[in-house]
Amino acid sequence: MTTIDPSTADVVLRVTGVTKHYGHVQALRGVDMEVRRGEVVGLVGDNGAGKSTLIGVLSGATTPTEGAVEFEGEPVSLSSPSHARDLGIETVYQDLALALDLPIWANLHLGREQRRPGLLGALGFLDKKAMIASAEEELRTTRIRIGSVDARTSALSGGQRQAIAVARATARGSKLVLMDEPTAALGVEQQHRVGELVRHVADRDVPVILISHNLPQVRELCDRVLVMYRGRIVAELDPAIEGVESMIRWITGAALESER
Amino acid sequence: MSAKRLLMGRKQPVETTMMTTLDDAELDRTRRPRTPLQGFGAFLGKGDGDVARVLVLLLIVVVIGLVAPNFISKASWMALSQTATVVALLAIGQTFVIITGGIDLSVGAVMACSAVIGAVVMRELAAGGADPSIAILVGLVTSLGIGSLAGLINGLIITKLRITPFIVTLGMLSVATGSMNLISGGAEIVGLPPQLGSIGNTPLGGWFTVPVLVTILVAVVAGVALSQTRFGLRTFAVGSNQGAARRVGIGVDWHIVRVYVFAGFLAAVAGFLLTSRFVSASTMAGTGMELSSIAAAVIGGASLMGGRGSILGTMVGALIMAALQIGLIIAGVASFWQTIAIGIITVAAVYGDQIRIKYSGERS
Ligand SMILES: Nc1ncnc2c1ncn2[C@@H]1O[C@H](COP(=O)(O)OP(=O)(O)OP(=O)(O)O)[C@@H](O)[C@H]1O
Ligand SMILES: [Mg+2]
Repeated sequence: MTTIDPSTADVVLRVTGVTKHYGHVQALRGVDMEVRRGEVVGLVGDNGAGKSTLIGVLSGATTPTEGAVEFEGEPVSLSSPSHARDLGIETVYQDLALALDLPIWANLHLGREQRRPGLLGALGFLDKKAMIASAEEELRTTRIRIGSVDARTSALSGGQRQAIAVARATARGSKLVLMDEPTAALGVEQQHRVGELVRHVADRDVPVILISHNLPQVRELCDRVLVMYRGRIVAELDPAIEGVESMIRWITGAALESER
Repeated sequence: MSAKRLLMGRKQPVETTMMTTLDDAELDRTRRPRTPLQGFGAFLGKGDGDVARVLVLLLIVVVIGLVAPNFISKASWMALSQTATVVALLAIGQTFVIITGGIDLSVGAVMACSAVIGAVVMRELAAGGADPSIAILVGLVTSLGIGSLAGLINGLIITKLRITPFIVTLGMLSVATGSMNLISGGAEIVGLPPQLGSIGNTPLGGWFTVPVLVTILVAVVAGVALSQTRFGLRTFAVGSNQGAARRVGIGVDWHIVRVYVFAGFLAAVAGFLLTSRFVSASTMAGTGMELSSIAAAVIGGASLMGGRGSILGTMVGALIMAALQIGLIIAGVASFWQTIAIGIITVAAVYGDQIRIKYSGERS
């Protein structure tokens, strides 16, 4: 088990003893982890190691069997994705979770729509002007340039869509950003752009948990790398010291065998 | 188990001078050069094809007008607008349902069922000596209640039992038709308060009857709700990507339920207006109306894949359907041909939607 750092002032998220069983399958077997302000934490592991399940627990999509989650010092039970979002936990899902038929501005505000003030707002009228303006502003601050936020999202390229999903998760008052393989389907150049966005978020002191199978990229982007193996976090590695070879030894379980 | 334990400094901030921007190539795709033909295509496609739809409607009116000159007259407008009313009300509810990625095959049956049961209530109250306006009011409330209840059941079964809308609403079509015939004995309901007829047939300002005005009002409210409110935006979101809608925190199931309730409610409104027009309720009134309403919505640009559609388009679609129907009658074409025409038009409109999706190169 990973021992916990005594300097807890910067801890944004603390997970203790989280398990998740699907019938006989034990997807998580007792995960402990901490995430501190402004760091990029890599989460690596083989297929089926439990990474997505852990992200699911943190994003409110999956209810853990046991265990506790503390967010900003308070114990929380993340009962739904909207609850997690209300707390400031934003997620970039691997499939991006964009409604392609909607304009870009709508995707950036989906689930968080701004309404007009007064009676019209109470009737559900949207404040489109404000949302379009803040969508433009968000794309500007996340340094994404896209023709018009009024265009249909389906008109965007894969990389641009990825950027929109990242912008949605990172733009407004987010306090923790979860990314499940955000660069999986991207070309080299676009991977590089998403990488920049990740660092940009962390520079604003918002921690990021980044799942990726691209180990060189993980080394380049992350401050810390957690390795999952069969539902547990088995190692915490410093990418400045440990190379890809060493990560692979932990991911495959070979390092565990030799330590025994 | 021992894990490596390290204390690490933070990565240095990256250089921020390199902007995350699009390639010029990517930007260019949004403003391609135009040939005259493409320009014309873009003109037709304006407002998601609303320009093209209005042109088709005008073309149909002109062609039928040439074949049967008395088509362009006040009398045929009155007939056309009354016919369009029923299709339009059903199609407005259908449009919301289709945008969420669903389909409601029960709208016609629910319309007839709620109208017939409402009529039975009115007949019995009138026979029992109740004040006609009370009888009409109770009949109206009963109809609206039954329509909404049918929609509620549709929505709950679709979302809670996870059965596809096609099967659920097909089942409802059968249940509503059966219940209606059980209660009415399968016969047309007559003996209703005669005051009903003044609701259905008095032309206000000479050109618009109450049912037509109610339909216009419903269309405006529905159109504004769909395009200007959060409910409308979320309707599109649910149909475009249900999983995404769920994960951004939209109450998808409840939203879908409300949309089916709305469709059932509007079916009941259409049924009541029909009853008021004929001062009787026919058990056959809904037959084939599900297809007409789907056709109107799809002609109007609603996509059966979900995520697309507009009330303005649907209204033009309903007018096209009504113009064909009335036009074919006036042109002396046997009414069986109308049924054939509606079937062909529906399939053709869905095919048109698929072609659009294919050539717009969207949705990957
Ligand atoms: N809904 C579910 N029902 C049953 N088993 C599940 C469910 N979700 C995940 N599992 C199982 O839990 C284990 C962990 O899966 P998870 O998706 O978390 O792995 P992962 O580390 O994200 O893998 P990958 O790298 O392939 O994405 C797997 O054995 C998987 O089959
Ligand atoms: Mg996964």
